[in-house]
Amino acid sequence: MEERKMMEGTFAVLDRHLMVKMPRELDHHNASRIREKADYFLLTDDVDSVVFDFEDTVFMDSSGIGVIMGRYKKVSCFGGKVYAIHTNERIKKIMNMSGLQNIVEIMS
Amino acid sequence: MEEKEVKDSMLKETNEMELLFDAISENEGFARVAVAAFITGLNPTLEEVSDVKTAISEAVTNAVIHGYGGIQNGEEGKNKIRLHCSLFENTLRISVEDKGVGIEDIHKAMEPLFTTKPELERSGMGFAFMEAFMDDVQVYSVVGEGTRVVMEKTLGKDCE
Repeated sequence: MEERKMMEGTFAVLDRHLMVKMPRELDHHNASRIREKADYFLLTDDVDSVVFDFEDTVFMDSSGIGVIMGRYKKVSCFGGKVYAIHTNERIKKIMNMSGLQNIVEIMS
Repeated sequence: MEEKEVKDSMLKETNEMELLFDAISENEGFARVAVAAFITGLNPTLEEVSDVKTAISEAVTNAVIHGYGGIQNGEEGKNKIRLHCSLFENTLRISVEDKGVGIEDIHKAMEPLFTTKPELERSGMGFAFMEAFMDDVQVYSVVGEGTRVVMEKTLGKDCE
């Protein structure tokens, strides 16, 4: 349990990829925190792509879609890509309903 | 904010709850959990619980961000959101009400991808998700007075 807490909301840069471990509940409240931190990394590190890891995420609403779309807009103008990994069926459904599959590589 | 009262007379209300809470983002999670707990007696499927939680989250977030513009304290004290849930046998009715700015063009507001706050990275999918995950969504709003979203979902449809 302790370890999971540490992992949540963790950011790391690996080979020009910003890895973002998404929180357990990705709503408007948590989304603003992720957005600010991700943008800090995008500004200060050598990053061209973003990988959102949904392994621990059990809930996401339209605020999560906004966060992903926003980061996509930032990195795509420099040819960067956005990935969503470890997405469960529910999260995939919500992403597809928003048309995110057209701009983001969504993986299970 | 006119309401349809027809359905009430047809179906008997079996349970009811009401919550009044501050319009702050912390309470979005609280509202989801409270409603999920309220419907456990109906033995909803995991998907049904997720559907309801998503819809609640969207409605409450809208009230926080759009209704009150993210402002915690209004002229008449703290900005509040009223969440009312009632069960008519296995049909859940949720009402989320704020006393915020109101919506000028409800039809426009409900269009997928339409948002008045792109600077906050709102995706414009809030109402679309509410409509997708609930059986019925009605929006009543008066500019300068507030907005009330009433959603209905019949649970246990898959088990019949």
